[in-house]
Amino acid sequence: MSNTLDNVFGMNSQALEVWQRRSEAIASNIANADTPDYKARDVDFRQVLQQASGESSNLELATPSPGQINPVQQSADQLKYRVPLQPSLDGNTVDSQVEQSSFASNMVHYQASLSFINGTIQTLRLAINGGGQS
Amino acid sequence: MSLMKIFDTAGSGMAAESLRLNTVASNLANADSVSSSADSAYKAKELLFAPTQESEEGFGASADAEVNNGVRMVGVSESQQPVESQYEPGNPMADENGYVYSSNVNPIDELVNMISASRSYQNNVEVMNTTKQLMIKTIDLGS
Repeated sequence: MSNTLDNVFGMNSQALEVWQRRSEAIASNIANADTPDYKARDVDFRQVLQQASGESSNLELATPSPGQINPVQQSADQLKYRVPLQPSLDGNTVDSQVEQSSFASNMVHYQASLSFINGTIQTLRLAINGGGQS
Repeated sequence: MSLMKIFDTAGSGMAAESLRLNTVASNLANADSVSSSADSAYKAKELLFAPTQESEEGFGASADAEVNNGVRMVGVSESQQPVESQYEPGNPMADENGYVYSSNVNPIDELVNMISASRSYQNNVEVMNTTKQLMIKTIDLGS
């Protein structure tokens, strides 16, 4: 059943997860806006979504025994460092304005994914109720 | 629900910034304090922040451990600016030569610090508000 629902929602549910991770990263950046030597980081949306939906074109290295490190997983988990527009003397690379705008756009994207899912749910309801009263 | 973690992150940011505001308040309150020796004079205090590294077990740990960085206060440093001495023989705090030592607080620095701290605090509040609204929307999904 859950598999069917996953198919219904398409990649929106995975996208939601990636937006969520990105918002976490940006929240960390904003919280550390005054921390010396803190390097701002961000999620590469395209790469992570490819990873999440299993559409990565890279061939994965097989890791048959439990002690081995999976390099694909590792590189996917890593966040990218942001290139600062204005480097500061204390080594902090957080740019509040950039972070604020990224957070805002990230949340709009999150809402977009949410409303796609919502639309699908309403369509399903309509199909179940046959257009009668909900 | 990993949106919950944003509350921790933004919350730690708010705590750190309010601590910074507290420090500014105590520096400004003591700007006119005097003392009878240069060593015991009030020195302006500054906070040192560092990111919190949550769990670091294992190689890959998890992506979340790496993403989720709050902020914490790791120490208080005292300003190394020279302490000013003033000749006030009538002051009960004066030393044997008639000098009192005032604090080395620079009110301009403190005011700038205060504005910066309050702006950063507002940023964190904004992050929390937006996250809260989105969580409510997510919970209401399909209604």
